Amino acid sequence: MSNNNSSASGSSLGNRIKNMTDTNLLLMITIIIFFLMYLGAMIFLQGGFLRWQTFFNILNNNASLIILSCGLSLVMITGSIDISVGGITALISMCCAVYLDYKGGNVAVSILIALAIGIAFGLFQGLLIAYLDIQPFIVTLAGMFFARGMTTIVNTKPFNVAHEGFVALKNTRINVPGLGFVNPKGIYVDAYVEIGVIVALIVVVVMFCLLRWTKLGREFYAVGGKNESALMLGINVKRTKFLAHLICGLLAGIGGYIYFLHAGNGSALNAAGMEMNAIASSIIGGTMLSGGVGNIGGTFFGVLSFSTIQNIVASVGLDEAWWTGITKAAMLCLFLLIQSIVMARKKK
Amino acid sequence: MYKYLFMRRCALFYYYFTVLENCQEVYSGVSDNIVLNMRNIHKRFPGVYALQGVDFTLRAGEIHALMGENGAGKSTLIKVLTGVHPKDEGEISIDDQVVTIHSPQEAQNAGISTVYQEITLCPNLSVAENMYIGRTEGAFQNWKKVNADADKILQSLDIPAKATQQLSSCSIAIQQMVAIARAVDMDCKVLILDEPTSSLDEQEVAKLFKLMRDLKQRGVGIIFVTHFLDQVYEVCDRITVLRDGQLVGEYVIEDLPRVQLVSKMLGKELDDMSDIHGEYQTYEAKEGEAPVFEAAGLASNSGIKPFDFHINKGEVNGFTGLLGSGRSECVRAIFGADRVTHGTVKMNGKDVKISKPIDAMRNGIAYLPEDRKVDGIVGDLSVRDNLILAAQVLKGFFKPFSKAEANKIADEYIKLLSIKTASADTPIKSLSGGNQQKVIVARWLLTHPDYLILDEPTRGIDVGTKVDIQKLVLKLASEGMSVTFISSELDEMLRTCSRLVVMRDLNVVGELTGQDMNQSKVMSTIAGGEKNAE
Amino acid sequence: MQNNKNAGVPAFLGKLVRQQFFIPLTALVLLTLFNLIGDPTFFKITLGANSAGNPVLSGPLISILDNGSELAILAIGMTLVTASARGQDISVGAAVAISGSMLLRMLCGTNSRPDTLQMPIIAAFLIACVVSMLFGAFNGILVAFFKIQPMIATLILYTAGRSIAAWFNNNELPIVKDETFAIFGGLIPGIPIPTPFFIAVLCVIIIMLVLKFTNLRLYTQAVGTNENSARLNGLNPAVIKVMSFVILGLCVAVVGLIKVSRVSSINYSVVAKDIEMDAILAVALGGNSLGGGKFNMGASIMGAYVIQYLTTTLYRYQVSSDALPAYKAVVVIALVVMSAPAVREYFSTLTKKLKVKEVA
Repeated sequence: MSNNNSSASGSSLGNRIKNMTDTNLLLMITIIIFFLMYLGAMIFLQGGFLRWQTFFNILNNNASLIILSCGLSLVMITGSIDISVGGITALISMCCAVYLDYKGGNVAVSILIALAIGIAFGLFQGLLIAYLDIQPFIVTLAGMFFARGMTTIVNTKPFNVAHEGFVALKNTRINVPGLGFVNPKGIYVDAYVEIGVIVALIVVVVMFCLLRWTKLGREFYAVGGKNESALMLGINVKRTKFLAHLICGLLAGIGGYIYFLHAGNGSALNAAGMEMNAIASSIIGGTMLSGGVGNIGGTFFGVLSFSTIQNIVASVGLDEAWWTGITKAAMLCLFLLIQSIVMARKKK
Repeated sequence: MYKYLFMRRCALFYYYFTVLENCQEVYSGVSDNIVLNMRNIHKRFPGVYALQGVDFTLRAGEIHALMGENGAGKSTLIKVLTGVHPKDEGEISIDDQVVTIHSPQEAQNAGISTVYQEITLCPNLSVAENMYIGRTEGAFQNWKKVNADADKILQSLDIPAKATQQLSSCSIAIQQMVAIARAVDMDCKVLILDEPTSSLDEQEVAKLFKLMRDLKQRGVGIIFVTHFLDQVYEVCDRITVLRDGQLVGEYVIEDLPRVQLVSKMLGKELDDMSDIHGEYQTYEAKEGEAPVFEAAGLASNSGIKPFDFHINKGEVNGFTGLLGSGRSECVRAIFGADRVTHGTVKMNGKDVKISKPIDAMRNGIAYLPEDRKVDGIVGDLSVRDNLILAAQVLKGFFKPFSKAEANKIADEYIKLLSIKTASADTPIKSLSGGNQQKVIVARWLLTHPDYLILDEPTRGIDVGTKVDIQKLVLKLASEGMSVTFISSELDEMLRTCSRLVVMRDLNVVGELTGQDMNQSKVMSTIAGGEKNAE
Repeated sequence: MQNNKNAGVPAFLGKLVRQQFFIPLTALVLLTLFNLIGDPTFFKITLGANSAGNPVLSGPLISILDNGSELAILAIGMTLVTASARGQDISVGAAVAISGSMLLRMLCGTNSRPDTLQMPIIAAFLIACVVSMLFGAFNGILVAFFKIQPMIATLILYTAGRSIAAWFNNNELPIVKDETFAIFGGLIPGIPIPTPFFIAVLCVIIIMLVLKFTNLRLYTQAVGTNENSARLNGLNPAVIKVMSFVILGLCVAVVGLIKVSRVSSINYSVVAKDIEMDAILAVALGGNSLGGGKFNMGASIMGAYVIQYLTTTLYRYQVSSDALPAYKAVVVIALVVMSAPAVREYFSTLTKKLKVKEVA
């Protein structure tokens, strides 16, 4: 009976939006804007945007960002923040590069190194934030400083990795049948994605399931929504916070390695400002820094939107260096304003 | 005389009274098997000895009231029991087994479930999630089952919410009901209700009481904390009284009449309140004097319907009505706390424009907000800063009080209102509720207002301070100040006000003065006239 | 008597530990001890002459005074923003680039390397101040009116700032040849102490006077602690938040002047890089809650100099500027762990237990 009532009253669009959870509402906005943007690019800019490969290249170039953003969304949903992921990525790329370069290491071991570094950071930062109750901004700021500094201590000069096994892995392309295009010479070229994209997609799916279908996932939301309440509801808040940072560290390890796999070099300048890109992508994807609201699906589209806009700017011909920074910021600003206005409207 | 004094049966609880009297026979004899036993509990906070060797015993199938003034240690005792605060000394046993509880999680596992006064649910999650999170087995979330189960419970308890709804979209009362539903649904041996009724209306309270009796039948031991004496005598079997962190005693309800209960809580005989009017001269308004404040067609974005209102010099009036009837919204519109959408306002006969609080303050209006914690105190700041805040804002950005001035003012008002604080430098949040409220009252007195609005100044504070505040209101009025006084307890309003504005569904539905100001008249006006006292 | 003394010392220590100045002070003492043992020449100050023949003091302590001043000036604004908006501005580095770029643009005009200044320095500086305050107001409006968390709102300017700075000057690198302009980041002829220190002292004096003769402190703290309550007491929280961001903008403009004056030019991507992190760190190191509310301005400023002290100390041990952050991180973590309430409580119970044992 009551169901009938509410569905009848919820028929108008305004009511439906009102009844939506914050998370779903913001997710919807992100997805709509991404598709509008991409469609617009396809109609007005045509060229590359009509090819699948352009889309796949966005994925190829941003696989690591997707993974890092997933980690950041998680900690942001828990009401915390992590600004060390860019530094960790640089440290991982440098450590793995040095290891692989030194009398030819083993690719499998280099992956383990990356994961170990990520987990170590997650573990340590999580302990300090969750159990000693130190402000996450400060802890991860120190984490970023430490990782950046260690990168130069490990090796000062940037260099490319020539390890055979690694290069083979780096150049592995997975063809996507049927979505290729005919190049100017009249040859059909298959569309492809790199290994990183597959890993990133797996991460997105796993994280989505974790947050949506597991108790732990819902506890992240609870802790982010209202800390004190979560405690009273019988959730182990400290452990939950700790796990969020641990998983974020692990994802930084995976993302760091994917970055390394894509870039193929070790450099202290690697992944500069990546933490901010990851935070921006998460926000565009509808995650709120205040905690408790966010969706991994949104984060995925957030990264795509964030990268697509750069492609669009480049193909419009605004290729002076500063335009990228300014458009990225403008887009972030736009999304923040939309979120702020929508949430304010909804409250009324 | 005392009987009248403590008849705190206010309008809000009128309806269920008659209904529930018929249920008295259901009471079964209280069994003697002890489910919870707390012995010699000690708890110290920095600077406060909150619990000094308190004992508490709860039997299966009884409703046990935990009474005491603010700062008596009720909340601390409960927080120790639920693992929020670790105890310094003492022993807790459940079913004769000694247990140590370190966290709310462990308390849940030990069979203790709790509903707190503040809503301790997560606003960003759905209703169903809030009911089940943190207490179900397995690693995965079965949405179908959770939603179905939640809907079932919501329906059986008549809670008008959907399982999939986001909690923040429910009203506060429904949120509180959800919290109760969660606690009730747990297979608990001990149910703690820490002032759960403060945000519920009379029907919801009746529902809750029915639920409590059901649970009692099933052998659950219930600890019930409330400020409403009526409710205690309504449902409870036993009373444990605390005072100043110490146990006063445990009593069977029949052995402890209200008068004694109150004197045990206060540790003294209560002042004679029946006659507080007589102590003060009523201010005589002069002929032809324009009202201090006059509003016509006032409305704000809070949804309140346009209303007319005036108050004369030296008058005490009140807004009354059920929870959510719009009494707070009215005074918020007067003070400019909500965005005013319609209406004209006159002060002392002159047109003025009040669109934000500072306008109201400049025109000599002061407003003590309903929710002390959220809107009143500035928690981290010192008592002194909290005291001078409003006066300071009125004085202006470039004219701060000197240190000496601020200290003098603080000392003066701390003494004047006998505010209990370690020093003027103490952060206000470490004071007890009643003393915090006194600081807020002092803050507004310092601005020397012509018109003082007090929205629920007596809520959640101890009986002694309540009387102090009511006396103060009458004293101020006798000195020529106009006061609007709002309280959920009708007795208080009838005692202090000379005119009552009655509200229903965001509308002003009536105004009562003189002879009309009695309980039955007020209640029939609230109910809409057609409902006479059956 | 003896007993009294014994009881008094731990009580005094306990009181000290609870003081806000405790963290920066401990750091200062530890660093000083470290330097005294490791390399006492750290404290040597020599009087020499620079290429122009003016007297100049040199030595690590002087360089702390010199470089720490920029940080101290930013810490003033950052403290106010933190207190009122309950969050931090991470765009100050980028904003310094913008204000520096604007300053150069005004001084050099469209010709990027003129022989004479196109405008008096003071006028150019005032314009830079206005621009910087406008950007501050932009941040403030996002925070106050659109209710976006400060860190995220300022992320916008953080992302765009250096690009905007480059855009102002068409990505050219203007060079100022005027010598008076170099004074602000260098030396006043005849006075051997670096000018930035005097500028910082001036700023500190101004803010202390402002705090004393206005209600800035009370208003900011009230808004930061309980916004609702502040509003109902007649304050306008939005205006106060924007004001604190504008004040930070002013601080940024001053730092921009110093930074640009030091090299008489600008490097958009490097100037004031990561200074926002140091400025936030200064606030935190001063024992102020990054969650807003109460603040202690003096402790923040002290925090700023402590950070520079640490940086300079590390440089003395041949730590490269790229590796510096790693060591800084270790020190920061050590400090915040030490000051964490959980750890402090542990130590206070430990000392209590020791005391009990002594008595026994």
